[in-house]
Amino acid sequence: MKYTTETIVLAVGAFLALLGAAFAQDKLFGAHMWVLFFVLLTGTVFMIRRISFAPAKVAASSDDGSYFDEVVKYGVIATVFWGVVGFLVGVVVALQLAFPDLNIEPWLNFGRTRPLHTSAVIFAFGGNALIATSFYVVQRTSRARLFGGNLGWFVFWGYQLFIVMAATGYLLGITQGREYAEPEWYVDLWLTVVWVAYLVAFLGTIMTRKEPHIYVANWFFLSFIVTVAMLHIVNNLAIPVSFLGVKSYSAFSGVQDALTQWWYGHNAVGFFLTAGFLGMMYYFIPKQVNRPVYSYRLSIIHFWALIFMYIWAGPHHLHYTALPDWAQTLGMVFSIMLWMPSWGGMINGLMTLSGAWDKIRTDPIVRMMVMAVAFYGMATFEGPMMSIKSVNSLSHYTDWTIGHVHSGALGWNGLITFGAVYFLVPKLWKRERLYSIRMVNWHFWLATLGIVVYAAVMWVAGIQQGLMWREYDEQGFLVYSFAETVAAMFPYYVLRAVGGGLFLLGALIMAYNVTMTILGYQRDEAPIPGAAPALQPAE
Amino acid sequence: METYTAMRHFADSWGLLAMTLFFLAVVGFTLRPGARKAAERAAEIPLKED
Repeated sequence: MKYTTETIVLAVGAFLALLGAAFAQDKLFGAHMWVLFFVLLTGTVFMIRRISFAPAKVAASSDDGSYFDEVVKYGVIATVFWGVVGFLVGVVVALQLAFPDLNIEPWLNFGRTRPLHTSAVIFAFGGNALIATSFYVVQRTSRARLFGGNLGWFVFWGYQLFIVMAATGYLLGITQGREYAEPEWYVDLWLTVVWVAYLVAFLGTIMTRKEPHIYVANWFFLSFIVTVAMLHIVNNLAIPVSFLGVKSYSAFSGVQDALTQWWYGHNAVGFFLTAGFLGMMYYFIPKQVNRPVYSYRLSIIHFWALIFMYIWAGPHHLHYTALPDWAQTLGMVFSIMLWMPSWGGMINGLMTLSGAWDKIRTDPIVRMMVMAVAFYGMATFEGPMMSIKSVNSLSHYTDWTIGHVHSGALGWNGLITFGAVYFLVPKLWKRERLYSIRMVNWHFWLATLGIVVYAAVMWVAGIQQGLMWREYDEQGFLVYSFAETVAAMFPYYVLRAVGGGLFLLGALIMAYNVTMTILGYQRDEAPIPGAAPALQPAE
Repeated sequence: METYTAMRHFADSWGLLAMTLFFLAVVGFTLRPGARKAAERAAEIPLKED
């Protein structure tokens, strides 16, 4: 392949970053531009080494009309890598809360490592998983090669650049203080460019499909891409103070700003972490159990109900604030209504196994996917319950919320992604099977146990915290000072780190298993009992 | 009328009605008689090939 233009663009980008560093208005922008410069310079050097100087017609083209799987392979590796990084930072953050001495100033303070953790798991791990699986699924279900030639490569590497810029920005202390949207304006602009390219590649593939019907997984993926584009742009509308400085001010103010943020924040959950991952569910579960989805029509209704309702649920993050009461009630009502499509989807995913329930016993990958769907059901039951105002008055601002988020993120997003990774790796690298099926089983139990410990501990911690905060004595004074409620959390915070540690251990086993599979090894191990049907003698 | 008030009233009257009707139409269309066959064919798409 000739990548002359791409290399020149990279080199120019590196030079512009250098200029940005030289003329920076503030030190942070200068430091961040130095990071960008070195990243782009490294990229340029790699590209120069890969340029083929042979005449164009001699240089072999990889565009032979088959599926564009090379970028999916990179995406799977990036998913596993960022997963391990994100979980590791999560365990560190959990320990920082339990043992404040671990806050190493200034770069590794909790205030900086916490967004590093959330962005690493949601955007780096989850985002790479979504990009890789959506590219894989849309090509297969459209029976068409990924649209746009090398556009897929731009989406993949552009997204990695976004991750690196966001992560280094957090550690430097660059943030616009919006949850899950911390990167400042120039990183947001870059993500917008990458996201539009993603939309073009995905939608282009659907437009050039050879399969007349657009399979439901693609509907979910497309709604995820379109909605995230809309959310990202609106929530990040801001005016930079200087074109060569980090600081910007939001276009909104006061409660409008808060509502815009939580409209974004909750729909990031609804469309990034739910719709996109449901796209995975509707493809990989039928593939792994080799049966069509239980009810295709239910999946269509699931889709429309979900997108019609999720978009209104955001205000439940602002109960008992300056937000107008009708808006709070609206958010609560739509959150409760969401319970129906969520459980419809869960039942649809689980019932896909009808007639093949034995696979839960014999196939650890199916077991992982089923547990993911079960956690989807649990988290989408707990969420609406917590959005009820009277429940929220106890749960809000406590660790119960953190527990809820993690049963959804670790249980649903994590496990369905692991299932997809275990499905994809042997397929993409054309291996007969994974290095070890038994290690998948180990991963399953470590991850499940980790989540259960985590979620259960956070329930106890959150409810205790909420009750301590509202405890009055007979004279109307608060019984506990805030610091006392913090000190009471210590055992729970240690246990939470244990739960997270188990989950991380499982991910490390996955990383080893995936690496060995890619390298072409097969572990010599006894098969899972019942996995290969034993031949019966003729009667 | 203030823009805020106007938009808020539009949202909880005609806007809400239009979206509810669209949603009900989608559900009705999905469940219409004769859609079962098309749905069954569509459900087989991922299993056809790799």
